[in-house]
Amino acid sequence: MVADFGYGILVVALLVSLYSVVAALVGVRTKSAALVESARRAMLLTWPLITLSALALIYLLVNNHFEVSFVYEVTSRSMPTYLKITAWWGGQAGSLVFWSWLMSAFASLVTLRKWDRDREFLPWVIVVSSVTVAFFLMMSVVFENPFARMWFAPSGEVIKAMLQPAGSTAVPLQPDGRGLNPLLRHPGMIIHPPMLYLGFVSFVIPYAFAIAALVTGRTDDRWIRITRRWTLWAWLFLSFGLVLGGRWAYDVLGWGGYWGWDPVEIAAFMPWLTGTAFLHSVMIQEKRGQLKQWNMILIMLTYALVIFGTFLTRSGVLSSVHAFASSPIGPFFMGFVALTFVISIALLIWRWPDLRSETEMKSMLSREALFLLNNLLFMSVLVICFVGVIYPLVSELVTGSKVTVGPPWYEFSTSPLFAMLMFLMAIAPLSSWGLSSQEKLANINKPVLGGLLAAPVVAYAIWWKPISEIMGSLPGVVISLAIILIVVVLMYLFRKLLWQSVLVASVITAYLAFTYTQNLIALIGFFLVALTLMVTLREFWRATRARQNAQQENFFTAFSRLIGRNRRRYGGYVIHVSMMLMAIGILGIELFQKETQGMIPVGQSLKIAGYTVEYKDLASWDEADKGVNYTRAVVSVYKDGTYLGDLHPRKDFYFDSQQSMTIPGQRPTLKDDLYVLLIDWQPATTTGATFKIYVNPLVNWLWIGSLLFFIGVIIAAWPDRDPEYVPARARNKAYQPSSAD
Amino acid sequence: MKVNKFMIGGLFILAAVVFLVVSSSQANSEYFMTVDELSTKGASVMGKSLRVSGAIIGDTIQYDAATLTLTFEVANVPGDNAEIEAQGGLAEVLHQAVIDPTRSRIKVIYQGPKPDLLRNEAQAIMTGHIDENGVFHADELLLKCPTRYEEAVPEQAASK
Repeated sequence: MVADFGYGILVVALLVSLYSVVAALVGVRTKSAALVESARRAMLLTWPLITLSALALIYLLVNNHFEVSFVYEVTSRSMPTYLKITAWWGGQAGSLVFWSWLMSAFASLVTLRKWDRDREFLPWVIVVSSVTVAFFLMMSVVFENPFARMWFAPSGEVIKAMLQPAGSTAVPLQPDGRGLNPLLRHPGMIIHPPMLYLGFVSFVIPYAFAIAALVTGRTDDRWIRITRRWTLWAWLFLSFGLVLGGRWAYDVLGWGGYWGWDPVEIAAFMPWLTGTAFLHSVMIQEKRGQLKQWNMILIMLTYALVIFGTFLTRSGVLSSVHAFASSPIGPFFMGFVALTFVISIALLIWRWPDLRSETEMKSMLSREALFLLNNLLFMSVLVICFVGVIYPLVSELVTGSKVTVGPPWYEFSTSPLFAMLMFLMAIAPLSSWGLSSQEKLANINKPVLGGLLAAPVVAYAIWWKPISEIMGSLPGVVISLAIILIVVVLMYLFRKLLWQSVLVASVITAYLAFTYTQNLIALIGFFLVALTLMVTLREFWRATRARQNAQQENFFTAFSRLIGRNRRRYGGYVIHVSMMLMAIGILGIELFQKETQGMIPVGQSLKIAGYTVEYKDLASWDEADKGVNYTRAVVSVYKDGTYLGDLHPRKDFYFDSQQSMTIPGQRPTLKDDLYVLLIDWQPATTTGATFKIYVNPLVNWLWIGSLLFFIGVIIAAWPDRDPEYVPARARNKAYQPSSAD
Repeated sequence: MKVNKFMIGGLFILAAVVFLVVSSSQANSEYFMTVDELSTKGASVMGKSLRVSGAIIGDTIQYDAATLTLTFEVANVPGDNAEIEAQGGLAEVLHQAVIDPTRSRIKVIYQGPKPDLLRNEAQAIMTGHIDENGVFHADELLLKCPTRYEEAVPEQAASK
């Protein structure tokens, strides 16, 4: 009954969203404001409708309605209620409804805003949002119905359908469901998909406005100003979704890693890349009236990649950690991506002449030129990711044999680009809009900068061939970055502005070289991190002092007002600092991870990286109400003879799904993370248990950095008093380096 | 024209990306093969980086906890998705592969923790190389168990 209700409401929601598309289109054609208003109301109605349908689904999940196929697949009686609710997005059919629900929530929110000056955008925003919602609802209603019941066909197969198919018999009510995969019963996994989805759907809003701008011909930067905060929130959610996924993998999958360059990870990473490029390049359009065509391309690509990413997880095309079972909806997603992309590009070509730049980019060292370079680097990473994902398909077509690429391939090809991005972050605070001022970067000898950019590529070409055959990967990166390092040092030793930062960063790097590591990649990475931190913090210090003197404020007032008046700029710098902290963590775990393993009896110990891990005890017990058997070891950790505490690595065995889950015992510090896995054990403790131990240096900076990242985005996205009516003052004052941005 | 130097810069980056992709591909790509192809090609692919997919035969799973050495055999499954669908889906294909003794099989050795998803009729996707005895040494082992979870099944990543 409830299932029929939920399904019925879902169908109604689909019809309502289709109506809103048609009404908006007809409304525009006939210039009928009433019809557009009707379309807007229809759009507002979809959210409560999908909510009702979702509530019906949650009711079924919570109350163990195992006659419904989806409920049977993702829940079991032993699951606590909150997990039964989150099972909504744990399976494919439910997650599609979840996607539609979030999308319609965002679309409703955006149509509730004041439209006074932007009324002409409204119908087109409705059309784009409603088409997207309708597409996803259609997938739910026709192919992946979460309310479908199970029936036995005459052949004995189980069919999923809403109504009893002819000749079939009802499947007897199952006593218990299969239960959500234990790997998905982790807090990180409960929030990770909604965060990613939020990021995905909120990028639809700026896309909708971009399309509206193209159709109406209002191709100034109005659409960018309206959607600036949407874009930032979208970016925040997407970034957090990615980080949470990494944290989940680190805590649950028991392989001591957080990112595996899996195709589906890359599928979520690709819209992040274009989104990040977009965030930067829209600023050039706002400040300088340049790159309008490029911004359109970026947001269209982001939208296409969002849908493509959703498709990749569901198509079964790629073998992946995250792949859902292959499903008939794959081709429809492909079709939808292709159709929307072609329409977008057609609109763009039509409006191409209107999107010319208002000013010309003059200096290669102006802020806009650096942003452009940043964009090119992000696009390069995107291209590499895309090539990697489609590599097997293309190589099979071209050579006949399927060739795949793994993590080393991605690391090898992207790491020089990431190093360049780090370098850009280091010099970002020194650049200024338009022509660079005397004090700023233009002072740098242009041939030197040219050499700086050319050196890594040349070095890479020379170095790579003979050595990589012996060593496999990465030496090219080493030498190219070494050259960057040398050039940077040479360059800045002669510069007034930067030499302190370079000096401090060099001293830190040299100190690390003596005490911590001789790994050249790591040293170059740490140098870039230190340089960026120094330059950025120096900028905070310098600007605060300047304000303190000018406004006669105390230091803290000056500091907070400085950030408050230039949220976007200083929020951005906070984000750059957070990226550097994350880079420390990534360098640490990628380059210095240590591991050991062995079977030891009680009382014996394993030694790794200065730690001694002693096996103390083991216990195994059932918790019948949860349906889990726990086996937990107690190990004591010593460092240099000092007792540091106990860790409790576990193995949980879930009866409903007949699957185990390995939970590491972790001891996180700022210096490293001790990560102990219980692999196997013998009934008699004298025989011993098998442990695998990782020491992951510096990895916790990755998580600390992600928290700072969150703060940075909040600063940048915090609403201004009246953001819509700030005149484009900055454009007239473009030559003033520290105008608010 | 002023744009020129930016275009040159762009072309430069483009060239760098192409170079990175091409050079990386030569050093780091893996050949995707089925067990059948591996058995017929044998020695010619020895030492090359390979990616192989197969159905795990439960009876052959052995785990030595003292050395963390896992050995098992996998039976041939088609590499092509369309073919798998045509034969009734992944679960059915894996089941048939395991019960059919005439399928070609290879022995696999993997060092590391025993993955939680390792079981009979799971699909193993392995990266590694073969030795002179035709034994596959896996550096990375991904598992997929479509029989139990038709929806939302993450495989488990395990790597050395």
